[in-house]
Amino acid sequence: MNFLDYLFLFGGMGLATYLPRWLPLFYLANRNLPKWLVDWLSLIPVAILCALLAPILFTNQTARTLELGKPEFIVAIPTLIFAVKTKSLGGTVLVGMGLYWLWGLLF
Amino acid sequence: MDRDSREEINTATKHQSWFREGAMASWPICFGYIPIGLALGVLANQAEIPVWAVTMMSIMVFAGSAQFICVAMLAAGASIWSIILTTFVVNLRHFLMSSAIAVHLSSLHRLFLSCFAYGITDESFAVNMTHFREGNWDHRRAITVNQLANFAWVASTTIGALVGQLIPTGAFGTGYALTAMFLALLLFQLHDAVYILTGLLATGIAVAWYLFIPGDSYIIGASVSAATLGYFFKRCREKRR
Repeated sequence: MNFLDYLFLFGGMGLATYLPRWLPLFYLANRNLPKWLVDWLSLIPVAILCALLAPILFTNQTARTLELGKPEFIVAIPTLIFAVKTKSLGGTVLVGMGLYWLWGLLF
Repeated sequence: MDRDSREEINTATKHQSWFREGAMASWPICFGYIPIGLALGVLANQAEIPVWAVTMMSIMVFAGSAQFICVAMLAAGASIWSIILTTFVVNLRHFLMSSAIAVHLSSLHRLFLSCFAYGITDESFAVNMTHFREGNWDHRRAITVNQLANFAWVASTTIGALVGQLIPTGAFGTGYALTAMFLALLLFQLHDAVYILTGLLATGIAVAWYLFIPGDSYIIGASVSAATLGYFFKRCREKRR
């Protein structure tokens, strides 16, 4: 990819990110969104995060087949427990990385 | 001292300390961004994205999870359009945050609002909303939080990309940084049974979609259908009550 490809990609991503941040602030300053939209939007983050995680945790991504008990999934369990206990985003990232690294060294 | 002059002094101290108070509120965000930013930079480097492009992406997009997804999708050879579309869906949640915070930013200049919008992230939103609810918070403190967090993000992703050239692919579990961040963010989102059900549905649909349909449409497909099913579940439950 050259400079123009990146400019186009990041410009598009920037616009796609900026518009949802900007529109409500600019136009809906004192108006309320319809309740159905608020309810639906509030479920979107959970759904996206699970959709992103699911193939990483439960499938073989080179062969695109089901694979249960992957190291990614096993490491996820203590990582989640750490996240529950500490509520720390940065800490969870470091602990997850450390455990995954250890798993690679041990097995 | 009469009441008026005392109020004047109070306002004056308030004006002097807005930057300091904003900075105090933003440091946990900045601190949290450093490992994630470094990890993103390292991953981008492993995906053979040049350092200048990482800095450019952090400035132009400024959205952690979308940038991780972009790196992962670029590494997997995804098309530019599918990355932009995925970014849009992933960041639609900011629509809700922007609507919620707008209540606290009424009667401000539209140029300020346009600048403020750039810095709305999950983290700055959470911090600013907490302070706005407690009172003693204003637009200058809030935009200080946004922009310092932005600075920390741009700096740490750039440093990560520079340092990444020295680190071999996948070393020290860097390949798991993204997964761990998603796991933590997911956990922080599980407020009640509706969210848990939506998450389970999204997981099941995504796996099936991923296995049977080629390409990366599973992200948008599974999240939109799971959120819709979760929404109808919530409505049915509310009606029964």
